Amino acid sequence: MERHPLNLTVNGKPYAVETEFRKTLADTLREDCGLTGTHVGCEHGVCGACTVVVEGKAVRSCLMFAHQAEGMEIETVESLEKEGELHVLQEAFAEHHALQCGFCTPGFLMLVKGAVERGEELSDAELRHLLSSNLCRCTGYQNIIRAVRAAIDTFKEKASAVPEAAR
Amino acid sequence: MGDHDLRQPPEANRFIGRSVKRLEDPPLLAGRARFVGDLNFPGQLHARIVRSPVAHGAIVEVDTQAAQALPGVVAVWAGDDLQHLPPIPFRATAIKGLTPYCQPAVARGMVRYVGEPVAVVIAEDPYIAEDAADLVMIDIDEHEPYLDAACEPASFAPSLSCEPTVIEKGYGDVDEAFSTAFAVVELELKTGRHSAVPMETRGLLARYDTARDVLELHGAAKRPHWNRDQLADLFKLSPASIELYENSVGGGFGVRGELYPEDLILCHAALVLKRPVKWIEDRREHLMATNHSREQTHRIHAAVDQKGRIAALDETLFHDQGAYVRTHGARVADMTIGLLLGPYRVPAYRAKAHYRLTNKTPAATYRAPGRFEGTFVRERLVEAIAVRLSLDPMEVRRVNLIASSEMPYERNLSALETDVVLDSGDYAGLIEKSLAFSGWDELRREAERRRAQGESVGVGFGLFVEKSGLGPSELVEMRVEADGSVTVVTGAASLGQGMETAIAQICAETLGVDYRRVRVLHGDTNRIAFGFGAHASRVSVMTGEATRRASEIVRTKALEFAAELLQRHVNQLEIVGGVVQDGKEGPSVTLADLARQLHPASPARGDREPGLSASAWFHNKHMNYPYGAHIAQVRIDQATGHVAVERYAITYDVGRAINPAMIEGQIVGGLAQGLGGALFEEFLYDQSGQPLSVTLADYMMVGATEMPPVDVLILEDAPSPLNPLGIKGAGEGGVTAAGAAIASAVDDALQRPGLVDRLPVTPQYLRRRMQQYDEALGSLSGQGAP
Repeated sequence: MERHPLNLTVNGKPYAVETEFRKTLADTLREDCGLTGTHVGCEHGVCGACTVVVEGKAVRSCLMFAHQAEGMEIETVESLEKEGELHVLQEAFAEHHALQCGFCTPGFLMLVKGAVERGEELSDAELRHLLSSNLCRCTGYQNIIRAVRAAIDTFKEKASAVPEAAR
Repeated sequence: MGDHDLRQPPEANRFIGRSVKRLEDPPLLAGRARFVGDLNFPGQLHARIVRSPVAHGAIVEVDTQAAQALPGVVAVWAGDDLQHLPPIPFRATAIKGLTPYCQPAVARGMVRYVGEPVAVVIAEDPYIAEDAADLVMIDIDEHEPYLDAACEPASFAPSLSCEPTVIEKGYGDVDEAFSTAFAVVELELKTGRHSAVPMETRGLLARYDTARDVLELHGAAKRPHWNRDQLADLFKLSPASIELYENSVGGGFGVRGELYPEDLILCHAALVLKRPVKWIEDRREHLMATNHSREQTHRIHAAVDQKGRIAALDETLFHDQGAYVRTHGARVADMTIGLLLGPYRVPAYRAKAHYRLTNKTPAATYRAPGRFEGTFVRERLVEAIAVRLSLDPMEVRRVNLIASSEMPYERNLSALETDVVLDSGDYAGLIEKSLAFSGWDELRREAERRRAQGESVGVGFGLFVEKSGLGPSELVEMRVEADGSVTVVTGAASLGQGMETAIAQICAETLGVDYRRVRVLHGDTNRIAFGFGAHASRVSVMTGEATRRASEIVRTKALEFAAELLQRHVNQLEIVGGVVQDGKEGPSVTLADLARQLHPASPARGDREPGLSASAWFHNKHMNYPYGAHIAQVRIDQATGHVAVERYAITYDVGRAINPAMIEGQIVGGLAQGLGGALFEEFLYDQSGQPLSVTLADYMMVGATEMPPVDVLILEDAPSPLNPLGIKGAGEGGVTAAGAAIASAVDDALQRPGLVDRLPVTPQYLRRRMQQYDEALGSLSGQGAP
């Protein structure tokens, strides 16, 4: 099959690659961009391990072709850690023991990143509903729920600690 | 300064029993971890397995021509091309007669399940390999499949039945007990086909290093050393010429890290093609290729007196192994009857396990193997006894419990090739604590109130005994590095459960360093000669105790050397935070300094053995037995048959908790799997043997909306006398009694005692079963459960 040039913007960085039209975004991120933090768990859109953020929305990267993402802003788990410092959400996952094997973790982080950064007020049912997009086989979700709650609170605190003028 | 009691370390060294943060987390969180799929070698090829589309039949032809002609395809091999590959081996046990039933790496002559490897395609690119696999034409003459292990066994091959063995266990005069019994209670129960389904599928990357004449297999897990030794044997290589490497591992739960057909195929391909070959299983493959588990039919009879005391149990089980014997042989069937009795005193026992091969994906161990099934059966039976005799089920449990004063309690049974000797436990105490912890009486009253208002709400209970700490041995090699960090090398493995952290905590507390300065290396056959891996809740016990011993030796060496350097008596010194000191004000020397001064070339070393290091073994003939209780509250929608789990409580005595947060994580995560097996997950087949559960949309795992809030009470009332720290493994108890507790709660919610007779309790099953129950009750209009 023929390969076609493709320009992707991932985590703010340009990637010029050549892929077949049929290649998924997940495989392209992993193999052509070298960003292996995005994991492939089912390749049929159920488990959510491959969740990335495209144009601000959580997306199953196994259900999107890479060529469909041309010109869009793509964010992967690798974008969260800044200069060796973990994101508030990542810290919360470690603090609340919200991961075991860690294979599904990048997908969960990208799934809830938006809600955390927007400081969304989620009821327990709403949060569970959001998390039900993805599967985890190790934790039983209880600690993921705790971690996301804590991250939302911390993020809000940090945001409100910034003086008005600096916002 | 006194002697350093292990249990009274200086506060700064206290790490055992603390929920410290995991050492494993940062790379996993940041996307920097390396799972086998993330690993690539220059020049690597990609394998795709062509699998049988039919459940049972004779291979007429496998035509690979079109596949071979596809550009980018390097090789296509069918069974005939791989005849010299030996079948998958199994771990030796006393059970004989299994050898003819082992699985060939690629099918030869016959196919026996949908998903069985029939051919292999190797190509330059994984997409091309998949294209080529579609071009392999398979012609199979279909035979009738054998799909119900409770039916008379079919023929496997000329003069070989589909029942390779019947395992028998027991003791005492069962017939006498039944002939004199006040009542006999009998049940037929079934557990569905269910398995681990970790989030990462299997994957392998094999490379033959021609420069060193070494075959490397990356993607190893669970039992790297056993697999290395088997592969060496199969490929006629020295074990020193094979290296297995464990990467980050995306969950195992029993199924990952066994030798499968793909392990042999990949090693063969790398040796023949002399290029690295990678294979990543896709999810559909996983659900039809990776070990299944759990499917058993039980017929159990209990002879009881009028107080519900068990005089004898007679159990017959039919184990659905699937198409072939795999690495565990008949262990699950064997273990089910070996550990069936749980916490109860059973004066006479007779059990027969029919181990049968069907035309389904082969099965083996999955988290709490034999105990999830057995606990469901035993607890159903206890409740049936209570119903028959109009007693409180909790009272029936109490009168049958083995007392703590009877420990250690010899069962006169074996499981996993060891004698079952319950090492310690206060079962009666645990029941009381679990009832108080969960607010059992209030839960019962609330359920009753809600039922009176028209809801179908019930609570259920399941009591269980787990097992852990399987030996026979584990070795740990430890050294203090020149920078004062500590390296611990073990032949155990990690499947994501946090073993690095737990082992670091034990080392840190025993030696006197910060646990963050301890680096635990594992899963690499090249670093240590022996290892027994991560399974059967053994790592905290086996590697944990070997680590404690090695730490003690290193500590003694450090103290003795420091005493000489600091001109103090050993008893005046302590090690705190990696510093050997005589109190806070006195002279001190760091472990880093001592390690440097023990370098082979250091003049300060004198005649001492080089290195601040030690190796230590722990050998253990007997398993130990953690135990606990599950309590479930469910609400049922009678119109749909849907069971919602509203609340859950688990009490688990693990002897000694190294890291309570991680144990709680194991328990809650285990429960998510247990609830899956109790309510949702099942590998279904149609009448022709086609698997119906080949996507995650068909095989229903528990998500965040199905999971109830869970309260966990970790107890340390009965430390194991079999290791000095008293540790019992905690990896499986979250699963074990889930089926039992859910069944009990569903019965209660619907006020139909003995209703649930199989797992999973799916909506379809529940509605059908209620109808059957009510019809039988109508025609019986008598007592007891239909």
